[in-house]
Amino acid sequence: MSELGKYSKETLLSFYEKMVRARKFEETAADCFTKGMLAGNIHLGIGQEGCMVGAISALKDTDFVTTTHRGHGQGLCKGSSTDKFMAELFGKKTGYCKGKGGSMHIVDFAKGNLGANGIIGASIPIATGSALASKMKGDKHVTMCIFGDATSNQGTFHESINMAAAWKLPIVYVIENNGYGVSVPIEKVTNTSTLSVRAKAYDIPGKTIDGADVLNIYEEVSKAIERARKGDGPSLIEVKVYRWQGHYCGDPASYRPKEYMIEAHKNDPIVLFHDRLIAEKAATAAELKDIDKKVDAEMAAAVDFAVKSEYPDISEAFTDVYSVDNGRCVQR
Amino acid sequence: MSKIISISKAIREGLYEEMKRDESVVVLGEDMADMGSVFGITQGFLDEFGPLRIMDTPISESGFTGMAVGMALRGLRPVTEWMYNDFITVCLDPVMNQAAKIRYMTGGQVKCPVVFRAPLGAGRRNAGQHSQCLEALFTHIPGLKVVCPSTAADAKGLIKASIRDDDPVVFLEHKLLYAKKEEIPDGEHIVELGKADIKRQGKDMTIITWSRQVYFALEAADKLAAQGIDVEVLDLRTLVPLDWEAIKTSVCKTHNVMTLEEGVRRGGVGAELSAEITEELFDELDSPVMRTAGANIVPPFSPPLEDVMFPHVDDIVRDAKKLLNA
Repeated sequence: MSELGKYSKETLLSFYEKMVRARKFEETAADCFTKGMLAGNIHLGIGQEGCMVGAISALKDTDFVTTTHRGHGQGLCKGSSTDKFMAELFGKKTGYCKGKGGSMHIVDFAKGNLGANGIIGASIPIATGSALASKMKGDKHVTMCIFGDATSNQGTFHESINMAAAWKLPIVYVIENNGYGVSVPIEKVTNTSTLSVRAKAYDIPGKTIDGADVLNIYEEVSKAIERARKGDGPSLIEVKVYRWQGHYCGDPASYRPKEYMIEAHKNDPIVLFHDRLIAEKAATAAELKDIDKKVDAEMAAAVDFAVKSEYPDISEAFTDVYSVDNGRCVQR
Repeated sequence: MSKIISISKAIREGLYEEMKRDESVVVLGEDMADMGSVFGITQGFLDEFGPLRIMDTPISESGFTGMAVGMALRGLRPVTEWMYNDFITVCLDPVMNQAAKIRYMTGGQVKCPVVFRAPLGAGRRNAGQHSQCLEALFTHIPGLKVVCPSTAADAKGLIKASIRDDDPVVFLEHKLLYAKKEEIPDGEHIVELGKADIKRQGKDMTIITWSRQVYFALEAADKLAAQGIDVEVLDLRTLVPLDWEAIKTSVCKTHNVMTLEEGVRRGGVGAELSAEITEELFDELDSPVMRTAGANIVPPFSPPLEDVMFPHVDDIVRDAKKLLNA
């Protein structure tokens, strides 16, 4: 276990706050969804906050990331506004994508988030292309590509990592292994439950780590980022996490054994970190409570902002299809 | 001043000039660097531009096509090549769900200036998986532009315009035109996307076509002229954006229209053009729009079979006379 003493109090509290923000954002979104306030569908990453926060906090602001259909917490962690994230879920014009993307497709390009994606595996070549762009431009930015266990069975995973390894691209691949691709356990469709072994096939470093320890994730991912930044190429880090919800909000997940959720609660990355901060006197319960309250207020304000925001004008349906000659190309 | 070069050289020259002009233009694809591409489009580029501007990829179309999207998001202007347009089957997602949609789905935050080059077309006895004309498939996808040059000058001018365009462009080159030598102007030569070209003026009927069929249409027009039928040939050059004004002007002049394409008839570009013309210009028409197109079959291997798959000059002459009741 990593030592708290290596970190400033400010850093430790920021990890806690980011995990709480990811959790509360999704709890709030789920509440709104259940009340019928959101259209479409949402996928929740509750329980996976240790991975999101540990991995993305290891990036610089100028680095890039691709997230997933379960990517709310990941995007918020990269520095996006809670208000504009929530407004996008509501399909409002104040959302990051003017309401044209929705939950599964939020992009905040200004913060180096190259996008969530509704197609499993599509983000892997996009992230790898970003890393190739860095190599071609000679900049020192690293790209992180986060995806789930099931995505590692797509062809794009193998094609992209092969090229990243061959060309020593500055990228870190992070697998959030929550054990399930929708309803199917990874072991049922894959001849290993340790996905990091696939790194061997491409002769790159691969490591499997516990998703409940945010600091350990931060440290392991930081090493991989430094390696990438130095020009030594990609790494594959598998983080074992628990997906508390079903695949989508409202999925009863009856395909999972009861033991899964018992283990999930035992491995709650937020509770474990909270208790550790107090036990090792890195923070007081009152300080952490203040953070909880602050984030609660932030969520209430985000919902208020989203609810009060207007839907996009109908004319927006016909813009942004093309950058150039949009009107003509949309007409015929 | 002008010079005579092959269409493949014209594409090469356009690409070369854009890479010289703009460092953000990079090339990736199979056999692009050392070999200079299967059809010779990038010969000599590796020496000129170095290994970071032109890259040989593994045979991983889905991977490198998706990477081009990521590169475009990061400010580069990648030009990729699929060795045959038929290979879109293994890399459609990055084109259709990513490149074509990313600007819209991000509310206009980003642009995606990629050029996806690929040869298309039958006539080389390459059978069903290397001979298709798939431009209609691409025109069905909002967010893509689709370019199908027929001449050397257009090929050069359009590849340059496509590279400079901020949207994803599918640039389809007919492989039987690569070796055709034609005159191109010296110096900077750009052909704006969305501008059709009247290849021959006529008053009795209009043939709307593109790519290799332009030459068949012109030959048919000569034969028809000898029989007293005056044909106007309109080369669309780009299918998206479509030069509707040019179509409208020609239809209003000749009042009889044939759409002509090598790709299969069912759901083809001609079907769309016919519907648009019928809906918008019905009162101008003296006869129903005639579609002359490829048969609804798999491209066959055996030469006599392949030859009946797509329209030839005699088919065009026959259909034109039928159109005009001549």
